[in-house]
Amino acid sequence: MAALMAGFGLYTHAIVRRIPASLAKEALRTSEAEVDVDKARGEHDAYVEVLRTRLGLDVVDLPADESFPDCVFVEDAAVVCGDTALITRPGAESRRGETEAMKRALKALNLNVVEMTDENATLDGGDVLFTGREFFVGLSSRTNQRGAEILADAFKDYAVSTVPVLASLHLKSFCSMGGPGLIVIGSSEPAQKALKIMQQMSDHCYDKLTVPDDFAANCIYMNLPDKGHVLLHCTAEQYPESFKVFEKLKDYTLIPVSNMEKVKVDGALTCCSILINKKGSI
Amino acid sequence: MTTEVGSETEVKEKAEESADQPDQSEKATEETQEVASAEGEEKGKEKEGKGISKFLPTWLKKQKSLSQTSPTKEAALKEEAISVEKQEEEGPAPEVNGLADEVPEKEAVKSEQLKEKEEKPHSKASTDTEPAKEEKVDESVEKSPEETKETTEGQGVEEEKKEQEGEVQGEGEGGGGGEEGQTSIFQSPLRLVRKTKMKLVVCHVTLLDGTDFSCEVEKRAKGQFLFFKVCDHLNLLEKDYFGLTYKDNHEQTSCLDPMKEIKRQIRSNNWQFAFNVKFYPPDPSLLSEDITRYLLCLQLREDVASGRLPCSFVTHALLGSYTLQAEFGDYEPDQPRPVDFMSQLNFAPSQNKEMEEKILELHKSHRGMTPAQADAQFLENAKKLSMYGVDLHHAKDSEGVDIMLGVCANGLLVYKDRLRINRFAWPKILKISYKRNNFYIKIRPGETEQFESTVGFKLQNHRSAKRLWKVCVENHSFFRLNTPEPPTKPRFLTLGSKFRYSGRTQAQTRTASSLIDRPAPRFERTSSKRISRSLDGAPMISITEAGRDSAENGREHRLDDSKVKTVDVSPGDVEDTSAQDHDKTQDEVLKHQASISQLKRSFMEAPPPSPPQTNQWEKRLTSSPATAVRVQQQQVVSEPHAEAAAAAAAAADFTISDTKESAKTAEVEIEETVVIQEVSKATKPALITVTTDSPASAPTDQETREPEVTVQEEVAVPKDAKAAKQESVSSESESEEEAEYHPNVSVSLSHTQIPEEKEEEDKENEDETAEQNMLAPDVSSHQAETSHPAEDISGGVVESQKEDMKKNAENEKEGRETEDSTDDLMMTPEETPNGVALSEEAVAAHVEEEPEPRINGEPRPQVICYSEPPVVKTEMVTISDTFAAQKTEIATKEVPIVHTETKTITYEAAQLDGTGDGEPGVLMTAQTITSESLCTTTTTHITKTLKGGLSETRIEKRIVITGDCDIDHDKALAQAIKEAKEQHPDMSVTRVVVHKETELAEEEED
Repeated sequence: MAALMAGFGLYTHAIVRRIPASLAKEALRTSEAEVDVDKARGEHDAYVEVLRTRLGLDVVDLPADESFPDCVFVEDAAVVCGDTALITRPGAESRRGETEAMKRALKALNLNVVEMTDENATLDGGDVLFTGREFFVGLSSRTNQRGAEILADAFKDYAVSTVPVLASLHLKSFCSMGGPGLIVIGSSEPAQKALKIMQQMSDHCYDKLTVPDDFAANCIYMNLPDKGHVLLHCTAEQYPESFKVFEKLKDYTLIPVSNMEKVKVDGALTCCSILINKKGSI
Repeated sequence: MTTEVGSETEVKEKAEESADQPDQSEKATEETQEVASAEGEEKGKEKEGKGISKFLPTWLKKQKSLSQTSPTKEAALKEEAISVEKQEEEGPAPEVNGLADEVPEKEAVKSEQLKEKEEKPHSKASTDTEPAKEEKVDESVEKSPEETKETTEGQGVEEEKKEQEGEVQGEGEGGGGGEEGQTSIFQSPLRLVRKTKMKLVVCHVTLLDGTDFSCEVEKRAKGQFLFFKVCDHLNLLEKDYFGLTYKDNHEQTSCLDPMKEIKRQIRSNNWQFAFNVKFYPPDPSLLSEDITRYLLCLQLREDVASGRLPCSFVTHALLGSYTLQAEFGDYEPDQPRPVDFMSQLNFAPSQNKEMEEKILELHKSHRGMTPAQADAQFLENAKKLSMYGVDLHHAKDSEGVDIMLGVCANGLLVYKDRLRINRFAWPKILKISYKRNNFYIKIRPGETEQFESTVGFKLQNHRSAKRLWKVCVENHSFFRLNTPEPPTKPRFLTLGSKFRYSGRTQAQTRTASSLIDRPAPRFERTSSKRISRSLDGAPMISITEAGRDSAENGREHRLDDSKVKTVDVSPGDVEDTSAQDHDKTQDEVLKHQASISQLKRSFMEAPPPSPPQTNQWEKRLTSSPATAVRVQQQQVVSEPHAEAAAAAAAAADFTISDTKESAKTAEVEIEETVVIQEVSKATKPALITVTTDSPASAPTDQETREPEVTVQEEVAVPKDAKAAKQESVSSESESEEEAEYHPNVSVSLSHTQIPEEKEEEDKENEDETAEQNMLAPDVSSHQAETSHPAEDISGGVVESQKEDMKKNAENEKEGRETEDSTDDLMMTPEETPNGVALSEEAVAAHVEEEPEPRINGEPRPQVICYSEPPVVKTEMVTISDTFAAQKTEIATKEVPIVHTETKTITYEAAQLDGTGDGEPGVLMTAQTITSESLCTTTTTHITKTLKGGLSETRIEKRIVITGDCDIDHDKALAQAIKEAKEQHPDMSVTRVVVHKETELAEEEED
């Protein structure tokens, strides 16, 4: 294959990580919710199972590390686009160590690994929205300008625009890609505002799919051979209203995935995996 | 036909002259008469001469005037009337009728008169307006040269003789009229060029493949000329995406403005250029020809390899592999390249073995791909890069943080380091402007906001601010507009400042290229060239060819010419002068046009937008009322230039009389500014005109306004005839170091308007600004400039009127009102009294009709804009204070340009009333007129203030002389002052500032 930026949503591999027991007590969270580790593990298993068996991805399953209660949220540890993987420097100091295992896994996949060594830089993968044509990086409590700059350096082909994220943990706490050129966005005011900014900053036109619940806006889109458009999204049980919105999507393989427990520690669907495309790579 | 316009305008001019302002008419007539009499033109010639008189260069008139001077005035007036009649007879008759129709019933008297006069012409003139007009134009053009001959003969200047020769031929042809005449016109300028000591310069252009192309170009050639030469050499038709650049004195790469002389842009004797992509097509696959894509590829390869276009490792490899495929064909394992083969090719700034291997690996996968396909693939990938087509400029935000501003097809991008932190799409931007080193964009209010906001950035210096502004204007015009200047809406041609995008838009170029019908041209790709070719191979192109071309293009030229003339005519007295000026400039323009037009033709027979553009531009240059004004001024100051004008032979000729002796020196460029401020206090606020005396209008505010309106009307009328006038108006932009551009103004009107400061004036701009400010205490000068184009024109008229006045003091007063009625062509000065009354009425009527376009068009938005720049005021205060010395100093400092000696002389009348900024009066009008010719730039700023019952009119003239030769500055100054006094006898000269800069190394224009 010979084209840049082709095959948005096409993935061959996924990296996931097990949930440590420490998640229940020590994982960072914005609310005071109690987490049932077993339930969480059950959810996570189901999630991984979807990736592996239902979608046929090669899943790299990293073992949990009790010293990193948040390690299940692998998305924050690295940003992978094309052949390049940027190892981040997570904004939460307690999570910095999570990147080691991630780095090894990415190198094992023969990716071009770039590390973020600048000590002034912080970046959580959850703040990075890749649309297929460009990056949006949320400037949040976890991600700063310098981190975004390094990301921009790592992915020179793409425009990297910054979006202030004030009301939530991550940029992707209220949005994600629901398809090529389709941004799924929460309906809260901060979410809508962020969307406006993104639209303004972009040379490209994006469609938007607004869902009532911000957190439901975090979904996983893939475009897989033989399966077409695939969307992993919230369950009706969790966000009934948003679920209805997703249900209206045509030509999608809709896969509701339960996320009741992880959400308590601000874990969204995209947080729990890193998706990689090794086939299309040049 | 353009010609029509010209004729109409002529007629109008005459009418204006005669009717509007007796003074003017008198003057014009006087001048013409003088000329005729001085040179002893026979009556037989008189017709021509008179008709021609309009076109005669100002200097001629002046000379004549000098010789014959005032005594003849009255007689001259009568003669004028005659001449006018004759003129009418010649060609304009049909037009005259049209004018008459236009004239309101109220003016019946005038119209009757006109009709009477017209009748004759009618009878003679055939109904076919066009042919008649054409003839006129031709005649005028040719005639003017003739006159020049006469004058020159008298003076016996060699150069002039040469010109004359050319002209003579032209005359003969002109007699033939019709088509022949056309050709003659074209030829004459060329000949002039040749015969006059045309200096040829060898230009070296670095092409995209790294080779060097050199060709000879006349020293005064415009950028376009060279550019087309290069395109011809490259066999490139889709040339609108490309441009030439040069390195200025600050090592900054600047775009060569196609519409301006090369010499004045490069400002150093380094005739070295680079051929580059100027607009990166967002979708290269839409380009029509492979050769265009190939050239784009070459540019992008360079961009990528130099790091200007950043991309990832993988992309580097991919692009490199396509380059290999395009250049060397399929990967051939059997014939391994030398080991260092790859490393000799430059693919990336950080090229390494790994990358080279990757490139080779990918190259293998492209087997079977043709070069064109490989190029296409290359572009398909390159275009997706985020920095593709983004032109970056260093800047600081309001808080002093370093940022980058990126201009691209979609708008303006703001980067901090590599991050995009903001983006302003073109549709979001209401106005782009710069002032000093500040760059502003006014943002359309969003859904939630109520007010527009202005975002400011600080650039490194004035030049970079201007450069950025230009790039924005160009990109917006190219990518967002369907047509840069729709022919129907002349305003667009705001060329007053030099800048606005003059080329075709992307839409147009696409349309044009879709019509390309030629077999795909064969072209060599770099590799072969690299291997086999040496730089010397580049063909030399001589001017002669150019000359031919232009001659061939005769038609187009003609059109242009006619247009130009037309434009000139309208303003009245000024017209005459302006027309003459035209002749000068025209010659030059013509040749350039010729080449241009030819090239265009070769490209496509009828590219609708482009020719009009050129024409308009030209119009602007020559025709604008401002021009007229400047002409006079030129006369004054320009004389020193005389020889500088080698190209502009005509100018040189006339100059000769006064200053020539001093003139001929070598290549030092001198810019000289003469600012003449005149203040007249009149009881009457009414007419914008300088004339204080005029009793005509009552002091009431309304009345005052009306006159203004009238002025506009006048302008408008010409416009109606041909929008050209408006253009001219708009074109006159501020002299300050700032410019505005309203990208959005959705309708063509808005687009068009791109006020810009005059580049040449940069040095003196500050001075000007200060002075201008003083003049216009209240409103920012800018407003006046852009928004009241009509006024500008009026200003021009005024000046001309003044001249007239000096000669014929008595009638003049009424005359100015007469101006309004352009219709009264026939009006003799004597008649004027009646005419005045009529004219007023007429004016009112006009007002109703004509003002609208203005309002609808640009003026509105501009007005809004104006209110904002407080800067102006401040500056005004600072600089404006009478300390000319200070001003200049400041100016010099700020303007990075100065490489040489700077001399400033200020003469100030002790009487200076409190005319300064602080004046409490009510600003009635303010306007700035800028006009340019080859070597002179004249800015006239006219402010009218109403204080109590007194109206005060200040006229500030700034004349910048740029010449190759030494100039007798003292003489020039004396002349300028003298002229000013003569022109405005009733006004007092309050200040004269001479700022003289001798540039060792020329500044770059930015």
